[in-house]
Amino acid sequence: MQTFQYSRPTTVDQAIQAGAKSKTAQQYADVRFAAGGTTLIDLMKLDVEHPDQFVDINALPLERIEPASGGGLVLGALARNSTVAHHPVVQRDYLVLSQALLSGASPQLRNMATTAGNLLQRTRCMYFRDTAHACNKREPGTGCSAIGGHNRMLAILGTSKDCIASNPSDQNVALTALEATIQVQGVKGKRSIPIQEFYLKPGATPNRENVLEPGDLIVSVTLPAPVAGARSHYLKLRDRAAYEFALASAAIVVKVNGSRIVHARVALGGVGTVPWRSHEAERELQGRTADAATFRRAAEAALKDAHPASENGFKVELAKRCIVRALTVSTQSA
Amino acid sequence: MANDRKPTPTTEVPEKEEQGTAEQSLFGRVTRRSFLSHLGAAGIAATASPVLAATATQQPPAADAASETQAAAGTVPVTLRVNGKSRVLRLDPRTTLLDCLRENLDLPGTKKGCDHGQCGACTVHVNGQRVNSCLSFAVMHSADEITTIEGIGEPDHLHPMQAAFVEHDGYQCGYCTSGQIMSAVAVLTEPVGPSDDDVKQAMYGNICRCGAYPNIVAAVQAVRRNA
Repeated sequence: MQTFQYSRPTTVDQAIQAGAKSKTAQQYADVRFAAGGTTLIDLMKLDVEHPDQFVDINALPLERIEPASGGGLVLGALARNSTVAHHPVVQRDYLVLSQALLSGASPQLRNMATTAGNLLQRTRCMYFRDTAHACNKREPGTGCSAIGGHNRMLAILGTSKDCIASNPSDQNVALTALEATIQVQGVKGKRSIPIQEFYLKPGATPNRENVLEPGDLIVSVTLPAPVAGARSHYLKLRDRAAYEFALASAAIVVKVNGSRIVHARVALGGVGTVPWRSHEAERELQGRTADAATFRRAAEAALKDAHPASENGFKVELAKRCIVRALTVSTQSA
Repeated sequence: MANDRKPTPTTEVPEKEEQGTAEQSLFGRVTRRSFLSHLGAAGIAATASPVLAATATQQPPAADAASETQAAAGTVPVTLRVNGKSRVLRLDPRTTLLDCLRENLDLPGTKKGCDHGQCGACTVHVNGQRVNSCLSFAVMHSADEITTIEGIGEPDHLHPMQAAFVEHDGYQCGYCTSGQIMSAVAVLTEPVGPSDDDVKQAMYGNICRCGAYPNIVAAVQAVRRNA
């Protein structure tokens, strides 16, 4: 591991000033904010990241979970994944988020990982983690070892000829279905970024994963007020029942009136290069009867642009069944 | 050949050596750890993987000395609260909490398995919460209360979870055991359901290569029933 300077700011402004000195906020950022550290330190050990400045933000007052003005809930950037998952309001009003968090990583990692750190956990594959292999995300222009290599786990939606790594987060899929907003503070002041505009598909620049610029610090995530009468569910399909990334997952928020679907939000994990919002599926659900035929049409719509690689073609049908199952569970009467 | 390493019951160990330095213990009472630590860097390099050995020999002595000076110059002051005691140190900021406990604070009960947050052997408590000490730098914990396996019980006064692991044979080789026990102690205060399956879910961040899982679950459940 390359050495670095360690600092521990105690105010948000100090942290922003430290971060603003970085040439980039993306791959190989020379200044990195560290919260739980569970991805960053792992990648530093592998020499996939080597910041000159390691800015420990754990002393910032950003760990609170509190009601949002006008309804909803504000999750502090440093609220730990385990704390959020077990928070009574999250369990009551945003069950999909609790389920997603508890399906990810391990109990120890969830005690370390934070809301903002999870948002920024890297979109990655095993070739990105191994400096012996070509990787356009790590070293732009060197090529992609995953296309034509081992890619069973990787993305089938939002891919490019330069990168097919999947976003591995469960939390971010739930936050996408919940239409969360990310509050960022930077050198130019504060701004709110809807989660759907936060992540960048790889395109020709897979080294850029989100819209953050040097000095930008996520301070909180806002969950909108829950839709009255809606139910939510997270279903994660994986090779083993614990401690494994999703092959496909679905986060659903749905409200049924009589037998008619009056509100539907669908997001997918494990299949996209970013947490994948499926407006296509939602359009097939909105106003239709909540039955198996409707769910299957929504699933077909969600995957119609899927572009599998050599080993992950099975994910197309798996993801469809995941959507159907998650919709079935979240609409069946209690 | 266990007797080669262990003192026989008739070995006389003068009291001052029993409580003496590690060097004295090499002659008086050879433990596995004191033996290994006295092999030194050359001995370790010779027995390490070819890759590690190659790296070590590729560096000319001058470069070695230079990088050591640089590391010493780059150290930062760190004060840690470990097992109820304050410890003042100077550390290279790259030192993980795990390495600090084992190498700087002489608390080798916490084990290094994968060193990437996947196996749980390095589990300790930070402010009462179980975490992977390999994925955290020691310098990040100056405001925290850290508890290791050495802090929860003594050989003649075991924590109930330690006693239960002995009673239920919750290990084979023992390498993952301290991490398993630290996780299991945390489970006692976490929202975990009553069933064996709930315990398995709560303990899946700790891998046991020997497969002692049924006995580990039995040990954890025994303590929970008596709690």
